[in-house]
Amino acid sequence: MSTGTIRNLLRGDKRADRVVPPSGFTAQLTLFVSGAMAFLAVFALALSLASGRLADRWASELARAATLRINAPTDQLAGQTQAALTVLRQTPGVASARALTTEEQVALLTPWFGPDLPIDALPVPQLIEIIEGEPGYDAAGLRLRLSAEAPGAVLDDHTRWREPLVDAASSLRRLALISILLIGGATAAMITLAANAALSANAQVIEVLRLIGARDQFIAGAFVRRFTFRALIGAAIGVMLGMAGVLLLPDASEAGGFLTGLGFQGTGWVLPLLIPPLGAAVAFAATWSAARRTLKELA
Amino acid sequence: MIEIENVGYSYGGGELLSDVSVQLAPGSFHFLTGPSGSGKTTLLKLCYGALLPTAGQLSVFGEDMRRLDRDQMALLRRRIGVVHQDCRFLDHMPLADNVALPLLVSQRSMKAEEANLGELLQWVGLSKRADARPPELSGGERQRAALARAVIMSPDVVIADEPTGNVDWDMSQRLLRLLIELNRMGKTVLIATHDLSLIRAAKSQVQARVLRISKRRLQLAGADL
Repeated sequence: MSTGTIRNLLRGDKRADRVVPPSGFTAQLTLFVSGAMAFLAVFALALSLASGRLADRWASELARAATLRINAPTDQLAGQTQAALTVLRQTPGVASARALTTEEQVALLTPWFGPDLPIDALPVPQLIEIIEGEPGYDAAGLRLRLSAEAPGAVLDDHTRWREPLVDAASSLRRLALISILLIGGATAAMITLAANAALSANAQVIEVLRLIGARDQFIAGAFVRRFTFRALIGAAIGVMLGMAGVLLLPDASEAGGFLTGLGFQGTGWVLPLLIPPLGAAVAFAATWSAARRTLKELA
Repeated sequence: MIEIENVGYSYGGGELLSDVSVQLAPGSFHFLTGPSGSGKTTLLKLCYGALLPTAGQLSVFGEDMRRLDRDQMALLRRRIGVVHQDCRFLDHMPLADNVALPLLVSQRSMKAEEANLGELLQWVGLSKRADARPPELSGGERQRAALARAVIMSPDVVIADEPTGNVDWDMSQRLLRLLIELNRMGKTVLIATHDLSLIRAAKSQVQARVLRISKRRLQLAGADL
């Protein structure tokens, strides 16, 4: 189908539209369903974008960092820390390695033990923060070398608990994308059903038009315009309500965890605006093919 | 204008028409008669492409009907005015719009044709009923409106299927006069009817030929009607 044909089909023609009797109630249903679908699509889109952001953030923040924990008797702690730092500095792929100061360790423990912790009196392990370079280091080799130089060192490269989180966020994004596709498919199916119903309800009209010399494009156009504009308007209302709903969600905050990061960010706000034209395109294609099928059965 | 050569039409195993041959010359006036169910309507439908022949060759304005695509068929139908047996109106639109419908579907400018439409409604005596919906019209009014719609595109051929089927004698005379006027204006006219008195009445006013369908064949009826 050429763009000219599409333009002709969509060009408003008040008089031509009158050849199809007004449909009242079913028109409201089409509006409602396309609005509801667009509303759901906004949330699926928000979920997909937010879970995408989450997966990326977890993957990048945690991938570059690792922690070395040195559990040793108090008299050996300093020596092992030095030995471990030496090993780390000689390891290719380690960008930097730094022993945490006492104050930093106290800050880390404060949430659990309160601010008055006499850390000096406790056998707290020494933590070393490792920032990975590009390319990364060989974790297994590093563990072997550390076990020789600093037997109390335990390497925690965060991968263990990073992967399930990133996996979860990625599956969430996948599910949201599938939902968007399903919503699109359901819209197409619904519009096809509505268009078929309208076409068979108006079978007499179509037959008369054909008999007096109407071309298929003229007849199909009357139906295609109707359903395309209904889907467009319904989806526009649905998207507006959906975006208002997303706006009203609480802002991202530490306390709310990842659940509060569900909205759109930056250019993400433009994406839901694509839903009405896409819905209209789906309705156009569905009605056009339904009309073609019906017309083919007529002489 | 319409050339029918050895045309047959069968459906679902039954043969309705076979070996039908006739030529309708421009400006001619033909009646098509025969008993009910003999295939009059079918033959007319073949002439305006609502049905396609299952045998033989049928051409209208020199175009083989079986070779036309859907758009070409639509364009061809604009040159043939048809008065259907059941009129075929769009019940949700007023009479004037129904009469002007062929202009609308061929996307002609309605402004330019407005005067034409008024004249045409006057010609069929329906000026005062322009705003009525088709279901509000009497049988005779419907038939006249159907005739007006059939000729609004000023077609070369006018085909009427039992145009006097549901109207009284006076009204059928009135419709006949309209059809004869059209013929005098140069239109080719083909009327299917089983009303022999209508044919007799016409014969005194116009040179009409009578085609009769009998036993699936088409014969040229003699002057003995």
